[in-house]
This record gives sequence, structure tokens and C-alpha cells, in this order.
Amino acid sequence: MADEEHFDVQLVVNGAAHNVRVPARRLLSDCIRHDLRLTGTHVGCEHGVCGACTVLVDGVAMRSCLLLAVSVDGSRITTVEGLTERDGTLSPVQQAFEDCHGLQCGFCTPGFLTTITAGLRTNPDPTQDEARDLIGGNLCRCTGYQNIVKSVLRAAEIERERAAP
Amino acid sequence: MKPSPFGYSRPASVDEALSTLAAHGSNAKVLAGGQSLLPILSMRLAAPHHLVDINRLTELDYVRLDASTVRVGALARHARVLADTAARVAQPLLAQALRLVAHATIRNRGTTVGSIVHADPSGEMTAVLALLGGSVRVASKSAHRDVPADEFFLGALESAVAPGELALEASFPVLGPRSGTAFVEVSRRQGDYAVCGVGALVELDGDGALSSARTAYLSVSATPLVLDVSEAGEDFAAAAALAHEQVDPEADIHATADYRRHLAGVLTERALRAAHAGAVERSAHG
Repeated sequence: MADEEHFDVQLVVNGAAHNVRVPARRLLSDCIRHDLRLTGTHVGCEHGVCGACTVLVDGVAMRSCLLLAVSVDGSRITTVEGLTERDGTLSPVQQAFEDCHGLQCGFCTPGFLTTITAGLRTNPDPTQDEARDLIGGNLCRCTGYQNIVKSVLRAAEIERERAAP
Repeated sequence: MKPSPFGYSRPASVDEALSTLAAHGSNAKVLAGGQSLLPILSMRLAAPHHLVDINRLTELDYVRLDASTVRVGALARHARVLADTAARVAQPLLAQALRLVAHATIRNRGTTVGSIVHADPSGEMTAVLALLGGSVRVASKSAHRDVPADEFFLGALESAVAPGELALEASFPVLGPRSGTAFVEVSRRQGDYAVCGVGALVELDGDGALSSARTAYLSVSATPLVLDVSEAGEDFAAAAALAHEQVDPEADIHATADYRRHLAGVLTERALRAAHAGAVERSAHG
């Protein structure tokens, strides 16, 4: 497909501006992993079922395998690499996953971290049911979810601890 | 799992989109939220030659309300419609069904009009449009037309939107006084396609007696099935039996036809009870 038309796409990913030239069919997930070499975003099912590839587009959680890179031209993207503080401090959600043993193999984790990060902005103090609902669209084959639900609640707690003077 | 190559345009206005669609005819496909289209492209179940991306048509990103209608523009994401308090009050069925549309992450991108045009037999919003007797405004380069719900769904994944046309908005009648709605479904996992789902609309007369009861079904027919079960009155078990008799579902990997028929009955009763309770409450406050 040497003659396939390419498009210039500008993305601000984790605060850094990137210009890429991609065919229209380039999925955002592939653009992030292959063109930008940010392999923290994982691709599980590649058709919107598993949630592993979830990133934040202008702060909103979306599945990067269900977006064309060209269609989100000009957007600000946050991937799992962008959750950690500049000084290396884990974000509240990342810290909570460590505290609560919220991961085992880790493949699905980037999608959980991004989804929960956005979810806690909307609902900073979720109940256990709301925490379960928040992660309902993400699949994990290791943990059985119990520790991930605990991690959501713990992350909310850490957010409050860090916000306290 | 990668889409086959396609051409791409990102028009900046509705007029430009309509010209582009006219130029490409049946070779073009509209990309709105893409939450159903992208999997289809990635699995190569479809290979359109050209995508017309309407995500820059911010003029279509609206939820508007007047005395009789909630109008949802083609770029309004499910999440936005779900969060619209005025729309929720004017027509509660919208939010009741939208919270069952996939997961929050999908609702953040997917559009309500897009899911209606997609005409998936298991789509909640197709059933909502059919139950409420709404309509879809469709435009081509040369004309606009309003297509009523009962003429909009032609078959599974087939709507009345023709090549060269763009669906601009969906209109949902507001809920009348002394009326109530409900939407219930059963899915294998939260957020999955429903094995069966039922929406209900119940209206009471001035004395508080049930005057009309209608139900709409997902995942049991190629196009949204709407039943009038008013004759059963407030005997919702009898209404469930009517539904059980009238649906004619097919079996697939997720459920047998018998199980789907069983669910249609059970969910009919549940949906009618909830809608009736809503109507009673609304009458008390109205």
C-alpha cells in the first residue's frame, strides 16, 4: 500500500507535542505504541471489549483501539506513562494498586489505571458498588477483581490524604 | 485486526459533509463516535472506500429541549445526553436506557444518533426511539427529511439513511403527564449486549387507571419490536404472557430462543411495574 494516503497528525501526549504522519486507518492504540513508542498502553482484544488500551483523550477515558489517530488530531492524550508525577512519585491510583496488590501479571493494568484516574475525578468518593461499576468495562484474568475494587477505594483515600494540608 | 485502507475526509461544516457524501455515494461511510464502526472495520466485516469523519461538526453536538421534544444532535455523545438533567426530566426513558448502553468509556465517545443509525437489534436507543415514536432528521445535499421511527429501521444493521445522506438529529417526544417509563435488560456481563431488554411506557387516565401500556424489545427481532399490551390493564403478569406469545426470537451463541422468550416475558412484567410506579408518582406530583 505504498500509495496509501497519509495525514499529518498532532498529538500532545503526556504533555509532549508529537507530529506523526499516518494513514487514516492507523488506530490510536497503534499510533501510541508504534509511532510514538509508548508501549505502556496495552492492546488486548483490539475491538473495544477488554479495556486494556484505555487512555485519556482531553481528560476523558476512551478506548484507543476504537479511535483513529487522525480523528483525534489536535487532542491531549494521557497514557499510563503520564500518570506518574514528574519526580517519579506514583499517582494515587498507581500507589493504591501497589498497596492493595491490585495487579498480578499487569497486562490489563494500564487500562485500569487510566479508567480509574478519570473515574475518580468525576466521583472522588465512590462506594464499593460505584467502584465496581467504574471498572465494569475492564477485563482482568488474574486478580478476580477484589483487590482492584479495593485499589479504587484506596486510591480515593490517598487522593484525600495528599490533598490534606 | 487492522482496518483495510480507506480514504478520509474531515469536513468542517454540515454542507461540506453533505457534498463529500454526495461525491462518494455508496462508497462512503460516516464516522461519528465509531464505537461500533471501528470494530467492524478492524475485523474487516466492512471495508468502505472512504470515511467521512463528522467529529469536527460541533454544530451537531447538542441536546435541545422544547415543550414537546428532546432533540439530540448527531455529535452528542451518549455521556452528554445521559448527563443532561433537563432531558432526563423531560423524557426519563433516555437516561434509563443510556445507562445500559455499553460501558462509561464507550459512552464517552459513542453518539446516540450514531447508535440509532447503526440499527443494531440489541441497541437500546433504537428501542427507545421506536417505543416513543420518535423520528430521525436525515439530510442529503439536495433535501432534508424526517423519518418516523417505524419507517427508520429496515432490518438488522440497516436503517433508512441512504448513500449520500447524513442523520442530523434524533427527536424523542417528551413524557406526558400521568405517564411513566422504565428500561430493564439482562446481559451476561454488565455492559455487554443484552440477551434481552425491554422498555415500557405506561399512561394513566384522569382517574389513575391504566389507559395505555406499550413495550419495546431488544435482541429478539431484526428491528425494534413494539407491542401494545394495554388490553392486560394492570395485570402485568398477563401482559408478560402476551409478550411471551408475541415475540419470536432466534437462538445464538448467547441464548436459546426459548430462554430469550422467557426473558421477554419476565422483563415485560418488571418494566411495566416500574413504569407504572413512575406514572403513579408523576401523577401525584403533576
